[in-house]
This record gives sequence, C-alpha cells and structure tokens, in this order.
Amino acid sequence: MNEKKKVSSLTELPHGILEAAYKSGIDAREEERSGTYMYVDHSRVLSHINERFKGKLELLDTTEALKKYSWLEDYYWGLIDADKDEYTRRVDEKFGGYFLRILPGAKIEFPLQSCLMISSSGMEQRVHNIVIAEEGSEARVITGCTTHPDAKSGQHIGVSEFYIKKGARFNYTMIHNWGEDTLVRPRSVARLEDNSTFISNYVLLQPVKDLQMYPRVLCEGENATAGLNSIVYASRGSGVDIGSGIEFNAPGCRGEIISRVIALEGSRVTARGIIKGNTSPAKGHLECKGILLDDSSIIHAIPELVGARKDVDLSHEAAVGRIAEKEIIYLMSRGLSRDDATSIIVKGFLDVDILGLPEDLQRAVREILDKMAAGM
Amino acid sequence: MNTLEIENLSVEVGGKKILKDITLHLPGGETMVFFGPNGSGKTTLMLTIAGMPEYKVTDGKIVFNGEDITSMKVDERAKRGLGVGFQLPPEIIGVKLRDMVKICGGKNPREDLTREESELIERFNLGDFINRDLNSGFSGGERKRAEMLQLLAMKPVMLLLDEPDSGVDVGSLRLVGRELQNYLDSSGASALIITHHGNILEHIKAETACVMMDGRIWCRGDPGEIYDNILEKGYRGCVECEIRHPGEGL
Repeated sequence: MNEKKKVSSLTELPHGILEAAYKSGIDAREEERSGTYMYVDHSRVLSHINERFKGKLELLDTTEALKKYSWLEDYYWGLIDADKDEYTRRVDEKFGGYFLRILPGAKIEFPLQSCLMISSSGMEQRVHNIVIAEEGSEARVITGCTTHPDAKSGQHIGVSEFYIKKGARFNYTMIHNWGEDTLVRPRSVARLEDNSTFISNYVLLQPVKDLQMYPRVLCEGENATAGLNSIVYASRGSGVDIGSGIEFNAPGCRGEIISRVIALEGSRVTARGIIKGNTSPAKGHLECKGILLDDSSIIHAIPELVGARKDVDLSHEAAVGRIAEKEIIYLMSRGLSRDDATSIIVKGFLDVDILGLPEDLQRAVREILDKMAAGM
Repeated sequence: MNTLEIENLSVEVGGKKILKDITLHLPGGETMVFFGPNGSGKTTLMLTIAGMPEYKVTDGKIVFNGEDITSMKVDERAKRGLGVGFQLPPEIIGVKLRDMVKICGGKNPREDLTREESELIERFNLGDFINRDLNSGFSGGERKRAEMLQLLAMKPVMLLLDEPDSGVDVGSLRLVGRELQNYLDSSGASALIITHHGNILEHIKAETACVMMDGRIWCRGDPGEIYDNILEKGYRGCVECEIRHPGEGL
C-alpha cells in the first residue's frame, strides 16, 4: 500500500485531496483552528498545533503516543473491548488515528480540526483515536470524515475513546461525507468524571451504503452532563443504523439525546437511543423525530429508557411521519411553491441549532452543511 | 373597482356542503368585517378565498383584482397579493421568524434584513423573537403580532384575517390594530376580517359588516349597528330580524 507523503501545511496537499477535505469542513487557512490532524487512507499526512496553543494541547499519532507514554496503556482499549466485534478486532490488528490530550485547565478557544479520508477505491481505513480532556480543560473538535471523489468504495472502521476528566468540557462534532458505496463502522465510548460535560454532535447529509454506530457515554462521575445530537439525511438507498446511549452511574447526572432523521429514495434508517438511570437523582430526555419524504423508505425509531432507581427522571418523545400538510400550506400562503416550502421545512428540521454549538462553531458547521447541501 | 368579487359561490369540505350560493363584492380600499356564530362558515369562506386545498368550490367563482382565481393554488394567490392571517398558525421547527419575514418579502431567507424590515420587526416588538422557531413557545399575542408582521412584509393587496382579536392580550391587539390600519391607510389595500367578539373594531375602521349564518350571508350593513344588535339580541336576534339584506349588491 502506498504511504502518503507527509506535509507541514494543508496548502501543500494535492489539490484533489485538499478540495475533498475542504468540503468536509477542513479550514485550509487554519486561522481559527487550534490545530489540524489529517489522515488519508493509512497515513497521517499532517499533524500540527497552532503556535499559540502549544503547551496546552498535545496531538500525536496513537501509535507514536503509545510508544511515548507507557501510562497510555491504561487508556488504550480502556472503554471498548477489543474483542467486541469483527471491526474492533480488525482495528486491534493494525490501525492509525490520533491521540489528543488537552492539558489540565487549558481553555482552547478555537476548535481542533481533523479529517479522515479514504482516497482510493476498496481501501479499508482503520483508526483508533484516544482523547483525554484533562481536569478543568475546555476544547472542541470538528472531525470531517470523507471519501475522495475518485474513490467509489471503501470501508472506514474507527474506534474512539474519550476520557473527560473532572470539570472538563469537551465538544465533539463529527460530519460524515462518505462515498455512496462505503461501509462505515465507528465504535465510540466516552467516560465522564465529576462535573464534566461531553457534547457529541453527528451530521450525515450524503448517501452512504452501510453505516452502523451506537456511541455510548458513561457518566461515572457526579453531576456529569452528556448531550448527544444527530442529524441524518438519508437519501439514494442509504442504509443507516445509528444510535446514542447514555448511562448514569453516579448521582446528579443529566443527559439528553436528540435525533432528527429524514429518509427518502429507498433509504432505511434505524434510529436508536437508550438512557439508563442506574443511580439517582438523574435526569435524561430522549427525542427522536423522523420525516419520511416518500413511500420507499423506512425509519425505525427505537427509543429506550431504563430506570433502576425510583428517583430517576427519564422521558422520551418519538415521532415518525410525513411533513405536516398544514405547515406546507402555511408557507405556500406566504408565496412559496410546494417544492420550496417542503425544502425549507426539511432544512429547518435538520437545522444545526439543535446541536447547541457555540456561535463560531455553529457558523463553521453551517458553512460546511451549506456546501454539502448544494448537491442535496 | 372591486378588489374581490365572489359570485354564487358554493363550497364543500370533506363532501359536506358548507357555503351556499354566496355573492359578495368588496370595493378596493374597503374593509369588511364578518360576524357569525361558530360553524356559520366564516372561516370556510376566508380559507376558500385563500385557496386552501381542502375547500372544494362546487359552484360559482372568485375574482380577485379582475382575475378569476377560483382554481389557482394557494401560492399563486399569495403572489397576486392575497395575504392570509391564520387564527391558529402552526409551529414550524427550524424555520425562524426572521426567515419568514424574508420569505414574505419574496427574498431568500439567508439574505440580511433590510432597514425597513428591521423597523417593521421593532414596531411589532418582536426583536427578541426573530431567531426563534416560528410560533414555538409564542403566546397568543406574540403569534398574532408575528402573523401581522409577516402579512405586512408581504405588502398584500388584500388581507384576509381570521379572528385577529381572539386569544390575544389587550396591548398586542392595540398594536396589531394600529399597524393594520396604518397599512390599509397608506397602501389602499382592502381587508376582510372575521371577528368573534368585535374587539378589533375598536382599533380599525370598517366600512361594512356581514353576518354569516348557516353557510349564507344573512345580513350586511353598518358595522357598529350590526355589532350593537348582536350584543343586544345575540344571533337569535339576527334570525328574527326583519330588516335583513341578503344579496343586495354584496
């Protein structure tokens, strides 16, 4: 297999790769980013931290970090069983990916950007990412996972383990933009300590052949807060099985799962969600809404709540159906055609506002989605 | 010239005949209010004029500004200058009030608000609401103000308002009434307003009033006079009244 050439800045990348990275959210100017990590097929091509954040962030290849820090062994496969399924086993055999550590108390104003790309057909990309947000730190990551336009097929298997220490706040936004013939298997777990906050946002707007993931957040510390949001637009026969899970294993925890799904053109979407209240008090809410735009698609919503203490407060709302006719007519009464009214409702339903992003990050995500939505 | 001419209109909803042989003429620049008990057909008439698909015209025609609009779609009528204010407008997730102001002005929602639009928003005291999902968590008064804000952004030739005075606080009603009347005065637009309680009449000038009963226009006349009669005798009084004026050039 070809080792990709390492570069020291994004602008040195071949045009095609840079273009694909740009479309999945990578900001080539890097001015408002704390750092950049770019991984193409099996090679890390770029990893660097902006000058002003040096000493606050550490970014290494996971393989390199495991050599450098013996203590990292305690974290490596610490949250996910390497023998969990055939995909984790494959990652255990050979992998790339990044190790990101936000140092204690560091406040990183700009998001770190990462891009995982499949650049040639038939490629099986495997990554194992480990993120440690040390005590009292604050950081955000935007990850764009994408396929180069020349690559028609491929597999992406990604293991991610997040350790959110006491009082840390970490926001992880992942945007998937795969080729239509890609198989995608992310495997993620986050562990939250006392008073920490973990927000995970997931956006999928382009068709994908087969995607299955069920990230979990384990609230192990008191008063931990978790938010898992996903926006899915499943078109052209996409097969998507996506879930989010939160477990409350310490008192005072709160969590929310929001999922918005649109399905059309023969797509099949399973939208799962589970909140387990193993301790109390604990408060969790799950919202799962789906809109079907035609009769050839299926949305299967499976919200689950498990309460194991009398003082847990868990709730959910789920709805699957078509766009309300009265909303369409209302917009038409304002002068829009039926098609334009439908399009505005669909875009509104998938609005990134639900992700609760800080303003700058929201603007960035909105720009990415606008670029991707141009072909929707 | 008449802005609206309705001739011998009959309408069915879900196979049930609701409006029976309605004839109505509204001269340009005039405001007409509609009274009538629940289920009398007021809202059906208004939504039929607006072009709502479930209201099926079985007979007669609707002419707006000299053009037969009877079989036109809702959006085609809106583009010709018909503005509808709903009694219970829907909540729409993810569509912001700001977007609606742009859409009503025929622009792309992503465009910036013009000074004129910003001023209009301020006049309706909705500055804090423009980035919120449409009608989501809005009080009754806020919904009515948001409706009128959108309608005025459309700059309609004729407004169709379904109970702008129900479920609304006094301050919002005063504001909505004032802005509506200012618009009618300055633009020369016409309005057709359904009112259940007649409260809107304290804030706007209406040239005529109609009473609807059982899918028909029962009576027409001076708004104040008709309103006083209804207050005094109720709609039963209308049934018994011997000075009803059906048809006469309505």
